[in-house]
Amino acid sequence: MKARPSFLTMACFALLIAALFFGCAEVTEIGTQLAWEAGVISADEAESLNRGVKAIEKTYQDLTPEQEYYTGRAVAAQVFQSYPPLDQPEANAYLNLLGQSLAVFSNRPETFGGYHFLLLDSDEINAFAAPGGLILVTRGMLRCCESEDELAAVLAHEICHVEKKHGLSAIKQGRLTEAFTIIAAESAKQLGSEELASLTREFEASVSDVVMTLTTSGYSRTQERDADAAAVQLLRRAGYPEASIITMLQRMDERLADAGGLGFAKTHPSAQSRVGALASTARQTELVSDAARQERFSAAIQPIVASH
Amino acid sequence: MKIRALAVLLAVSASVALATSMSVQVRNVKVRATPSQLGRVIATVEYGAKVQTGALQRGWYPVTTADGKKGWLHESALSTKPIAMRAGTSDAATGVSDDEVALAGKGFNEQVEAKLKAEGTLDYTWVDRMAAFVISEEQIKEFRAQGNLPGGAQ
Repeated sequence: MKARPSFLTMACFALLIAALFFGCAEVTEIGTQLAWEAGVISADEAESLNRGVKAIEKTYQDLTPEQEYYTGRAVAAQVFQSYPPLDQPEANAYLNLLGQSLAVFSNRPETFGGYHFLLLDSDEINAFAAPGGLILVTRGMLRCCESEDELAAVLAHEICHVEKKHGLSAIKQGRLTEAFTIIAAESAKQLGSEELASLTREFEASVSDVVMTLTTSGYSRTQERDADAAAVQLLRRAGYPEASIITMLQRMDERLADAGGLGFAKTHPSAQSRVGALASTARQTELVSDAARQERFSAAIQPIVASH
Repeated sequence: MKIRALAVLLAVSASVALATSMSVQVRNVKVRATPSQLGRVIATVEYGAKVQTGALQRGWYPVTTADGKKGWLHESALSTKPIAMRAGTSDAATGVSDDEVALAGKGFNEQVEAKLKAEGTLDYTWVDRMAAFVISEEQIKEFRAQGNLPGGAQ
């Protein structure tokens, strides 16, 4: 029987704990190697420790487009529980024409399942971007837009949240670490029922993190500013007047003041500060909306504006 | 003579270094004749398919598909990590570690979605209806032309 050197054992464990504490995979690997050689832990245990540390280092940026897609689908499904979809085929078709013709000019034109847009049956002035490209716009927000160019600005802003994975960034790191650990451990075979149950729990919690950020707490100011700046670039590339984002924000500010700070106001920085930040990037060209665009915009949103 | 041989060697190794294998990381994507989302379609490649890529140019890779078709793919469609399809599929990876591959169908996936559906936690009816809103490139081109939107080549 092999004697276990107590000093080496303690040293190895100290190294392991230090490595786990500081999250340094390399030190852990040396540590687990030493511990394994000293017979303190089995090869399987060493492997599992190393795997755990690698999982800790993974962030939302490591979620694959496929994982992002499934997260986004669940986020949208959950948002529908508080914001029912608006079943208006013609208006939704127009929204998708406009949105998808903008998305092709995005810095991230390809997501796992593509960009899709839907109106929500709510008077709240709001819009949400679920991860992967499911973009939701309330009737209240639509009413706030006076032209296709302004609606394009709203959609461009949401597309840029998807491009920059702002929704995914809301997921708490602990949940991802758990999920990545389960995924790594189970890579060789299909998930067993227990692993599937824990993974589903982490998934549900991750989805709630995103929904909470979209509907209640909001993204950070920096993220909003980044999405605004990227939206200006996107509008420019797609040929829409970029100043439409400014007129849109200003009108929203007026309407939100009337609405008493609900919806968008709750989750977004003030329009004034956003316009201020945009002043240097967006070209202040004269806004003359094209007659053909104005006509199709009015035709598409007419039934919705008239319904209340 | 020696210098020429060296130059040839360098040129060869440079071209070898440039041709990298990448994997399609979205469900499917169209290979374009030009580096534009509205460019003519040469082929469609599916999730997990490997393509040979040249040097990235303003967000676009020149690619060669497995069956030798040449065109362009946007960088957002590609991953440097090979994608290991699930066990049982023809592309199932063997002998690669988790760090080397992005595991397809693992983690937050249809298995998890199916469990949520079975538990009645979430209703995906409208998510599926929404995903069915697909606009063709012809419709996009027509929409842009009708709306007097300029050029718009990416």
